[in-house]
Amino acid sequence: MTLSPAARIALRVVMFLGLAVIYVPLLVVLVNSFNADSAFGWPPPGFTGRWWSQALHNEGAREAVLTSVKAGLGATAVALVLGSMAAFAVSRYRFFGRETVSLVVVLPIALPGIVTGIALSNAFQVVLKPLGIGLGLFTVIVGHATFCVVTIFNNVLARLRRTGTSLEEASADLGADTFQTFWHVTFPALRSALLAGGLLSFALSFDEIIVTTFTAGPGAQTLPIWIFSNLFRPNQAPVVNVLAAALIVLSVIPIWIAQRLSSGARGVA
Amino acid sequence: MTGSALTGGKDGRPAPGIRRRAAALLHRRPRLRLSLLLSAPLAWLVVVYLGALAAIFLTAFWTTDVFTGEVVRQFTLANFQTLLDEPVYRTVALRSLGVAAAVTLIDTAIGFPMALYMAKVARPRHRPYLVIAILAPLWAAYLVKAYAWRVMLSQGGLLDQVLGPFGLSSPGYGLTATVIVLAYLWLPYMILPLYAGLERLPDSLLDASGDLGARPLRTLRSVVLPLVFPSLVAGSIFTFSLSLGDYITVKIVGGRSQLLGNVVYDNIGAANNLPFAAAVATIPVVVMLGYLAAARRTGALREL
Repeated sequence: MTLSPAARIALRVVMFLGLAVIYVPLLVVLVNSFNADSAFGWPPPGFTGRWWSQALHNEGAREAVLTSVKAGLGATAVALVLGSMAAFAVSRYRFFGRETVSLVVVLPIALPGIVTGIALSNAFQVVLKPLGIGLGLFTVIVGHATFCVVTIFNNVLARLRRTGTSLEEASADLGADTFQTFWHVTFPALRSALLAGGLLSFALSFDEIIVTTFTAGPGAQTLPIWIFSNLFRPNQAPVVNVLAAALIVLSVIPIWIAQRLSSGARGVA
Repeated sequence: MTGSALTGGKDGRPAPGIRRRAAALLHRRPRLRLSLLLSAPLAWLVVVYLGALAAIFLTAFWTTDVFTGEVVRQFTLANFQTLLDEPVYRTVALRSLGVAAAVTLIDTAIGFPMALYMAKVARPRHRPYLVIAILAPLWAAYLVKAYAWRVMLSQGGLLDQVLGPFGLSSPGYGLTATVIVLAYLWLPYMILPLYAGLERLPDSLLDASGDLGARPLRTLRSVVLPLVFPSLVAGSIFTFSLSLGDYITVKIVGGRSQLLGNVVYDNIGAANNLPFAAAVATIPVVVMLGYLAAARRTGALREL
């Protein structure tokens, strides 16, 4: 766009101020995890690595991380299957109610989490409890998968629309049956979209607290729930700080993978 | 083993007859393929999700026994009557809507110039890195960010020290803090759809507008905004809905102010009144369904 130099500079200033505002709070948490004073004081009077080793040996925190990983993997696996199936149906077929399918897939994240939370919690109590299945890891996975489907659906749908059907038709013309075509042609074309969607879905599940609060029960404590229940306890503050800082540092990994994926995908396309 | 090797397919690997026949059947009958594809996702979303939603709304028309706390399964409009009659709930509902609208406006005001810079001003080579810079904080946990703000907003915290020389101080914990933190949390959800929309906008259209004599502001208003409007609405669905249902941020930095989410939460926990909680929850649902219906007309749902 033919913008005046002044407008360009103004946009640049907004961009970098915006980025600064985004990153300053994260830096504050990082710095604070090395704060020698266990109470939150700013600026920190001195630095120590003591809290990091203390957090590493915190049993509750370690179990919470493990529960979160299990829930994230479970929800992502379910979402990968359901989201891809729905994306195939919507992109490759014309049928009555096609728009409605997209709407139903989006609904679990478009409605406030607390509504999804109480609705699922109520349903689990009514339907699953008589069957002897209480609230726990299983119900967390069901809850998370419900709103994770949309991330896979969107990623796969975008990829299917971009790749078109010509390669699959060529495969069929060359004598491959439906399954061979899927396995040797369609699936490789989708792989990076599935991985990108899966990463996003895992992150969504790992971070989710509202739906989890209502579907976890006392048995399954995910990391966000553990952090939240310790947030207002002064003697746990240093451990919470370290976990928060660790999450910020670890968040670089999926970003790095996603970046590799998207540059790889561009090479293919 | 030799049996299956004899019936091996062209690629030399065993191709059991049943698989071939299933493939042929699927190939001949696209409707069957479609219904197989739709069965599992629809079963999950309709039975588990929509079923659960329907059940909770049914509950909103029930009530609880004052003495035993048990749910009484008898149709009544009492919960909705209470919602209408008690001014406190009207206040909370309006406050929640106000917070959601304020967050959406702030995110649009900050997010639009940022997305515009990313898509149209920054060098193409730098764009992926800017996207990463916006995406990265999405991976750092929600709680971590809300908590970081609790630290910064606290008395004598970073905000006080930065604002002090200007004669200002941190707003402290309360409604202002809630709006700030929610706007901070959901900003990437606004920037990313806007960026995607702006990036798709061909430069030639902008050049044409300029060639026809439009000044940049006119181009922005008459060309850019109408074309990226669906993306803006898509972003606003997230910022609005996520703010409308939040109660965690309110608990962390909100001081004593309450939003709809807190009322729902307290009625399930402390008050143990699920029917009333369900009735309160219908407010954000009705608001969001209206919002989605309006958004659908703009084509925003395809931008999510």
